[in-house]
Amino acid sequence: MTEGIIVFNMTPNVLRNFFSKSATRLYPKETRETFGNVRGELYNKIEACIFCRTCARKCPSQCITVDTKEATWQCDPFVCVYCGVCVENCPKKCLYQKNEYRKPAIEKEVIFMKGEIKKEKTEEDQQEK
Amino acid sequence: MKEEVISVTPDTLGNKIAEMKKNGYRFVTMSCVELDSDTVDILYHFDKNLELAHFRLTIPKNEAAPSISPVYFAAFLVENEIQDQFGIRFDGLAIDYNRTLYLEEEVQRAPYCRITVSNVEGSEGD
Amino acid sequence: MARTIIPFGPQHPVFPEPLHLKLVLEDEIVKEAVPALGYVHRGLEMLADIRDYHQMIQICERVCGICSTIHAQCYCQGIEELMGIEVPARAKFLRVIWAEIHRVQSHLLWLGLFADAFGFESLFMQCWKIRERVMDINEATGGNRVNVSVNIIGGVKRDLAPDMTRWILSELDLVEQEVKRLEKVLLHDYTVKKRTVGKGVLTKDQALELGAVGPTLRGSGVAQDIRQLGYAAYGDLSYTPVVAKDGDAYSRNRVRFLETYQAIALVREAISKLPPGEISVKVKGKPEGEIVSRVEQPRGELMYYIKGNGKKNLDRLRIRTPTFANIPPLLSMLPGIELADVPVIVLSIDPCISCTER
Repeated sequence: MTEGIIVFNMTPNVLRNFFSKSATRLYPKETRETFGNVRGELYNKIEACIFCRTCARKCPSQCITVDTKEATWQCDPFVCVYCGVCVENCPKKCLYQKNEYRKPAIEKEVIFMKGEIKKEKTEEDQQEK
Repeated sequence: MKEEVISVTPDTLGNKIAEMKKNGYRFVTMSCVELDSDTVDILYHFDKNLELAHFRLTIPKNEAAPSISPVYFAAFLVENEIQDQFGIRFDGLAIDYNRTLYLEEEVQRAPYCRITVSNVEGSEGD
Repeated sequence: MARTIIPFGPQHPVFPEPLHLKLVLEDEIVKEAVPALGYVHRGLEMLADIRDYHQMIQICERVCGICSTIHAQCYCQGIEELMGIEVPARAKFLRVIWAEIHRVQSHLLWLGLFADAFGFESLFMQCWKIRERVMDINEATGGNRVNVSVNIIGGVKRDLAPDMTRWILSELDLVEQEVKRLEKVLLHDYTVKKRTVGKGVLTKDQALELGAVGPTLRGSGVAQDIRQLGYAAYGDLSYTPVVAKDGDAYSRNRVRFLETYQAIALVREAISKLPPGEISVKVKGKPEGEIVSRVEQPRGELMYYIKGNGKKNLDRLRIRTPTFANIPPLLSMLPGIELADVPVIVLSIDPCISCTER
């Protein structure tokens, strides 16, 4: 064959796609299983939290607000970039990320959690400082 | 920096840049660093066969720097960027956006300068 | 002949991102092109003022969505050099693995967009279909699809277990097979050649003079690649740059296509040589001094200028992205070509505008 005209190169691919199963899914009816390590929705096990503010300080997008006096932990999930820095730095390991991403929403919401300050927790907090 | 940084003045810059061009250096980019309220450093980075070479030009903010874009055309974009961000003016730009590459025309201050906003010269032209 | 000025972009069907070109035409022939930027300027460099140098990693990653991990790698390497931190060997290899997986993903994305630029829709979809496998590797290993966020100062955050590396290899085998089926189309098909060969020629001298980087430079016959410096683990891997001689849109396409194979081969080699040991070291102190850090991004040479002053915030962070360097060469490619070819030529430098403007 000469250099001339080489056409229909895509045809084998097209035929292969035609006879193989669909590459897409009928989302949201059908969803893929998530991978084990995925950094998804961020939550706090508030009963273990000592309100040390490490997560709020380390967060690159500053989406976490902690009130030490009122013992509240707030996170704006629509500002969060899901980098996992807070989870890695949490001294009590009470922050965790689910394996699933947050579903798209038409209204913004804030995750608001209220715990209580225990006596020994504040002492520990001071020790860390 | 690992490589030596050669200091230049606005008068010697032209010769040095022409020399680099003659020796076949590729223009990498320029970096502008604010030193204090009045002066900035402009660093010129060049590359030849993966070896870097740097020049440092220290000038006052309200003085115009000589543009190297007539020699290295590729510099026009970064010089315009520095004009926008730091309010430094460049003389003899190949394509001068007059501080509108990123900014709107009415912006008078230099957004990347922390300390002062001295753009009296620049604002006259706008 | 009357001159017409046609605004090309910022919203144009071929552009994934907003770039504006003022095209001066005589009939259908482009005489001059002037770019206008500023549609996605975010001022990320100045965030170094209010975020500490650890937090800047996540910000650097978000300069560009397609090559995020390479941005973080460049930044971390710069800070490590400034602070005199020696990164464990395993971390260096892991960085290479993630960087090359990103390169595969970026090139497949580009090959698709390029096909779309000359109207080859089915090829576009095929490329993106293959890319989805690579995105899955990102998600399973790094935790996120795009901003995998694995680099930290002093190493990497995550390790690859042996069963994970086996899975990556088997997935990459499939990717390579599927890419191979496109070789005939992307490199030899009549339609592709007709739209790309001899279009937007950038000679070797022009490329060097105008400061072209990456596949745009290598497509013009200059074998220059920052990976030749042997940063991270590249010094231990067999690597020679892919070069094409003609300097036209087809050459750049060819370089990127062959680099996809090369990146897969590099991942394989890095996995086979992956040394055991720690993946990160503890970081103490604050960066002080100035440094230029360079890595090779899918689009070309990425340069970070970092100046620290011994505080937790950096004095200055300057990012020179490859597209920023490739815009002047683009301007010299455009004069003399037909308006209908402009999308193909513009896409051939792989423009990433959010990178350019930061």
